[in-house]
Amino acid sequence: MASHYEASIRKPLITGDKSYHDVTIDVAAPVEGKANHQWWIVFGIALTAFLWGVGCIIYTISTGIGTWGLNKTVGWAWDITNFVWWVGIGHAGTLISAVLLLFRQKWRMAINRSAEAMTIFSVIQAGLFPIIHMGRPWLAYWVLPIPNSFGSLWVNFNSPLLWDVFAISTYLSVSLVFWWTGLLPDFAMIRDRAVRPFQKKIYSLLSFGWSGRAKDWQRFEEVSLVLAGLATPLVLSVHTIVSFDFATSVIPGWHTTIFPPYFVAGAIFSGFAMVNTLLIIMRKVSHLEDYITVQHIELMNIVIMITGSIVGVAYITELFIAWYSGVEYEQYAFLNRATGPYWWAYWAMMSCNVFSPQFMWSKKLRTSIMFSFIISIVVNIGMWFERFVIIVTSLHRDYLPSSWTMFSPTFVDIGIFIGTIGFFFVLFLLYARTFPVIAQAEVKTILKSSGENYKKLRDGNE
Amino acid sequence: MAANKTYWKNAEQLNENSPLVDQLEQKEFVEYVPVNEFLEDKESLEDSSTSRRDFLKYVGFSTAAASLAACEGPVIKSVPYVVQPEQIRPGVANYYATAIADGFDFGSILIKTREGRPIKVENNPDAPTLGGANARVHASVLSMYDSQRVQGPKGNGADISWEDLHLQVGAKLNALAATGKDVVLLTQTFASPTTTKIIAAFKAKYPNVKHVSFDTVASSDAADAFEDAYGVRGLADYDFSKAGAIVSVGADILGDWQGGGYDSGYSKSRVPNKHHGKATMSKHFQFEANMTLSGAAADHRVPATPSAQKNILAHIYGALMGTTVSTTLSDAHQTKVKAAVAALKAAGNKAVVVSGIQDKGAQALVLAINNALGSEVMDVASPSLIRQENGTEVKAVVESVVAGTLGGLITVGINPAFTLPEGKAFAEGIKKLDLSVAFSMKEDETASAAQYIAALPHYLESWGDYEFKVGHFALAQPTIRPLFDTLQFQDALLKWTGSEQSYYDAIQDNWSAYILGGSSWNAVLHDGYFSTNRTIKANYSSSDLSSAVTALAAAKAEGIELTLYTKTGMGDGQQANNPWLQEFPDPITRVTWDNYLTVSAADANAMGLKNVNVANGALNGSYAKVTVGDASLTVPVVIQPGQAKGSVGLALGYGERMGVQDKMQIGVNAFALYNNASEVQVATVSLADGYHEFACTQLHNTLMGRGDIVKETTLEVFNTKDKSHWNAIPMVSKNHMEQEVTSPEVDMWQNFDRSIGHHFNLSIDLNACTGCGACVIACHAENNVPVVGKTEVRRSRDMHWLRIDRYYSSDETFEGDLTTKENISGIGDSLTTFGRMEEASENPQVTFQPVMCQHCNHAPCETVCPVAASSHGRQGQNHMAYNRCVGTRYCANNCPYKVRRFNWFLYNKNDEFDYHMNNDLGRMVLNPDVVVRSRGVMEKCSMCIQKTQKTILDAKLDGREIVDGEFQTACSAACSNGAMTFGDINDKESKVAELKANDRMYHLLESVGTKPNVMYQTKVRNA
Repeated sequence: MASHYEASIRKPLITGDKSYHDVTIDVAAPVEGKANHQWWIVFGIALTAFLWGVGCIIYTISTGIGTWGLNKTVGWAWDITNFVWWVGIGHAGTLISAVLLLFRQKWRMAINRSAEAMTIFSVIQAGLFPIIHMGRPWLAYWVLPIPNSFGSLWVNFNSPLLWDVFAISTYLSVSLVFWWTGLLPDFAMIRDRAVRPFQKKIYSLLSFGWSGRAKDWQRFEEVSLVLAGLATPLVLSVHTIVSFDFATSVIPGWHTTIFPPYFVAGAIFSGFAMVNTLLIIMRKVSHLEDYITVQHIELMNIVIMITGSIVGVAYITELFIAWYSGVEYEQYAFLNRATGPYWWAYWAMMSCNVFSPQFMWSKKLRTSIMFSFIISIVVNIGMWFERFVIIVTSLHRDYLPSSWTMFSPTFVDIGIFIGTIGFFFVLFLLYARTFPVIAQAEVKTILKSSGENYKKLRDGNE
Repeated sequence: MAANKTYWKNAEQLNENSPLVDQLEQKEFVEYVPVNEFLEDKESLEDSSTSRRDFLKYVGFSTAAASLAACEGPVIKSVPYVVQPEQIRPGVANYYATAIADGFDFGSILIKTREGRPIKVENNPDAPTLGGANARVHASVLSMYDSQRVQGPKGNGADISWEDLHLQVGAKLNALAATGKDVVLLTQTFASPTTTKIIAAFKAKYPNVKHVSFDTVASSDAADAFEDAYGVRGLADYDFSKAGAIVSVGADILGDWQGGGYDSGYSKSRVPNKHHGKATMSKHFQFEANMTLSGAAADHRVPATPSAQKNILAHIYGALMGTTVSTTLSDAHQTKVKAAVAALKAAGNKAVVVSGIQDKGAQALVLAINNALGSEVMDVASPSLIRQENGTEVKAVVESVVAGTLGGLITVGINPAFTLPEGKAFAEGIKKLDLSVAFSMKEDETASAAQYIAALPHYLESWGDYEFKVGHFALAQPTIRPLFDTLQFQDALLKWTGSEQSYYDAIQDNWSAYILGGSSWNAVLHDGYFSTNRTIKANYSSSDLSSAVTALAAAKAEGIELTLYTKTGMGDGQQANNPWLQEFPDPITRVTWDNYLTVSAADANAMGLKNVNVANGALNGSYAKVTVGDASLTVPVVIQPGQAKGSVGLALGYGERMGVQDKMQIGVNAFALYNNASEVQVATVSLADGYHEFACTQLHNTLMGRGDIVKETTLEVFNTKDKSHWNAIPMVSKNHMEQEVTSPEVDMWQNFDRSIGHHFNLSIDLNACTGCGACVIACHAENNVPVVGKTEVRRSRDMHWLRIDRYYSSDETFEGDLTTKENISGIGDSLTTFGRMEEASENPQVTFQPVMCQHCNHAPCETVCPVAASSHGRQGQNHMAYNRCVGTRYCANNCPYKVRRFNWFLYNKNDEFDYHMNNDLGRMVLNPDVVVRSRGVMEKCSMCIQKTQKTILDAKLDGREIVDGEFQTACSAACSNGAMTFGDINDKESKVAELKANDRMYHLLESVGTKPNVMYQTKVRNA
């Protein structure tokens, strides 16, 4: 595929006068060089947040879930909001690396490595919450269908929470394998360039003895394709299953058949926003502007715009169906969502998720890096609010008015959330310093067809 | 043979002459111990300073020390039975009939004991009088295990022995008798025939002794009026089950009015049962200032300030007796009074008028009216004896104590230094007396001022006999050996009189001589109650009431009228240290852990008093300064729908006090305003700084027009229209066909054959439920439900398995709410209308709905639990396996009834939750049949499976079938109003099966399709 002809009207995916060796140098630079001050500052902040979160988690586990703001009516709030938010963020990685691979979208090559790293790191954050939100997390292994000595005790396969366990663990493992497979030739590249023996040893371990033979490459291509095929349904299934936590319940505002597609669209939406957030910073810090170009950002903005609009349609549909159903509890749940005590959360969600991506219709705005960065943050805030709105506003006023109450987070709720953000960035920052952040082997395959200098050369010859 | 065997040991053995083999055979141990060398080495022995004697001394000492230390292992004082008592079998509960008479609550009850420990109070359903225990009585068992009780007699602050106390008090009594100084025996109302005799004997020995009964919350005026009319001191008794029309002017007949206990009779007359196609129920008009349980239950509740109540009573009197009474009633009052009078006239001798107005004239009017009506409801031949205070006598005693003219004071079971507005002066007065003895369970204000504290046993450790109303007796027996070094007052008095008898002997003697009349003592002790046909000669002597009428008619409000009342949970406050009662949500306001000023919305607006909900939903209320005369209190405000404009309410029994754990000293002491023992005071109220943080269990007060939660209809519709009109089953659509939600057609679930075995159902009759909350406490006691404290309740984390939801109508009626909701058109209108419906009406209709786990046959909680900790039982229960629960709380989220409760923290043996589960004494109340839950676990109503299983096993052992009524839950057994009926619907003859087929039956949120095993009976009101 490497030397397929690319139409001259298509913009080059690699800018600058790059040779194969330049690509190698550029990608290996952050790994081989020393961290600058900024990296240490950001890492320090992230680590502090992470440790603070660890403290809050220890406090929760040793004292009880009562340290959170939950109550008899609102049994889930920030915990599951954060869970769904992180899972949603994770979706972009698989979509970029698997679905776009199947669709032969070459622009994915510059971003899939980091997007998938983000997926794995955010799924790790997500996976924390179902465990720590349990009243007795030390018994978390009971949700696994493992043979046990408790008699004939077995898990309840009817429970969507159990489906979550399978969905998340499958997703994490497939994503990890897929990511690592892609990493092998790049690790090998760093191994080959490494001068310090320790570094060489580590990278040779990580690269699983990649030798660069034709057979290696052939297997690599095959495995990538197979894994892409496996991962593609996961893009749809994971968030569908997460949405079942709500959709299969009987609570008005949760019991909604639109949830699976709505959640998937929302997940891709938030995932792309997070990719944008991370890559806009990374391309600058790691000097990768030639590989992650404005065109990449623009394409991601278009995905954000489309999925944002899908989510918007879903919001409106929900309201319509609530009215159309004629069920008073359903009607009140949505009326309360938009105008009740949590109206501000609903309108924060609406403006961040539905209105803000509409700016991307403007070519000028969607090619503005600063603007894209701001919108990507806004969208992530909005998507957090979406989950908060779904969970808390549905629970706090359900059927019997006697049980209606409100939720207010404690410092522990907030601390754990901040802690996961810290943990996420700790992982990502370490990744950015030790992993080849661009799939250089793949990028090299399009250098001659989509590299700016080669395209110019070819165009001049014609 | 075997001995000849040689074993291969070593390679050296191959070499026959090896010296090593020999050496090994000679000397088994390789290491040589140089004992001989050491002992022979004289030098080193002589160098040692330890002599043989020293050595032996050391050995002896250290052996003794070691064995002494070994003796002090952790000793838990539990002594096994040497001889197994005949009646006590481990694991089997024993029940004893006894009676409570703490001066405020009276009644015949049963006590459940396990392994000799009383753990639960139950109703004595056979007792004809006061056999239904209220919430406080149900909770009283925990008050026995109160760590703040006085554990032995004290003299001048130091522990003394009873012998010394008897000697010293006897000497002082003799001295006082010699000088002729008065000694007053100021006691609670005993209503005890034997105690009366013992006191008489004591008075005979000491003629200077005077006995005065003191009720913390008295009904002296009603007794005065009764005495005038019938010549005997007592209180007219009422049997509301016979009533056709009830008009109450300021009498909380379902509360503590005249000692309470009227609710079960009332409920009987309020349930419409169709006989020959037409159902009847009593009509109830309530004129009152505070919103009470009676007002909530009434068909017509009319807010009226205390002075307006007086006008109304005068007007009713005039209208019924045909005399002209010139009163100025408001138009609203006028129409309601007319309707009430018409209802009274229509009901003939089934009509009754009652009043709580503390005025002799008003009470005389009530007696006159009921006499004129020929009311069957009022019983004067056998008056009630449970409130015996004579206001004038008490006043004289208080004055003499304060003035220091009295010689001695012996108080029993009361705490006047706290419950009198002049309490402080009273306590100072006590200190100056020659003799002061306080018989008390607590080192309270009165006891700590007195010279001697005579520690009283709890009633469950005591003997007693009572005459609740003339001819209606009860016996009390101890259900446990006294926990502390306590002595009953009667025993002490007998001793001081010089009698050798014990109180127990005195009771037996008195009963066999005067009461039993040949009946068996043992049988009465077993039953706990006894009735004779003794009555009083009740001849009504009419007197001229015109001046009383004129006075009532002329009554006018001067400022804001404060009505002091007793709360359903706290009563007069003597059980303030009972965490169950502190955490018991008030049935009306649903506020726990507080008392507060109830103010009408209009007055609150005018005075700038506010109720606000903070970010986590919790309720905050402004503080108000309430001034009555010289006394003023700063009280938090609850805006109370239905509170009469120009009136405010405040509950007695709270505040800082002695002998009560710090955490339970909550609220304000309203006794400071209880001048002249009058519940109504003229007050000034003004806004004070700051907000008070309430712990309210229900933060949304209205039903929002959700008519399928509490179904209602009127008696007329109920009698004339088909069930489908007023209690239709919700429809759902399948394939565009309307189907009933109960139809198997729309059921996606796999059906089980439920016709075999037991299938438990619980029916709750919304007509019979008065919201009294006895079931809430019974559930607490039976199921070891933890107390979580004020801050946790404020965070909406109350643990009650059974709650009684209270809804106000947003319109004047709930029917109005429905119409309002149905008339909503368009989104703008729904926004404003629903917003408006969040506020209760000025004078709303009120409804109570007990809600516990509904034990859904299609339970939403069961499907979502990842570890199957929640699963369905063969008998219809929705089980909760605590040990299996990992605490995801998904079940609670998915419960449409929100009945699941989560253990947010460890609630037992945790100093953060220092209630009864955190001390050894308090834990004695725990029911050993129900596990105490750990943190992180979900819990909820189990339909008292430990009780149903016990019933099944008992029947199995006896080899018999179970009779209907044997199956009970704690709540159904506690409900003396007949609102809760539990049983097996597979027993087609059972009452619960009949109720399931009743036209009034509906399930809560039937449209959700959960198919609950708890059902409700539609509330029917008189239009």
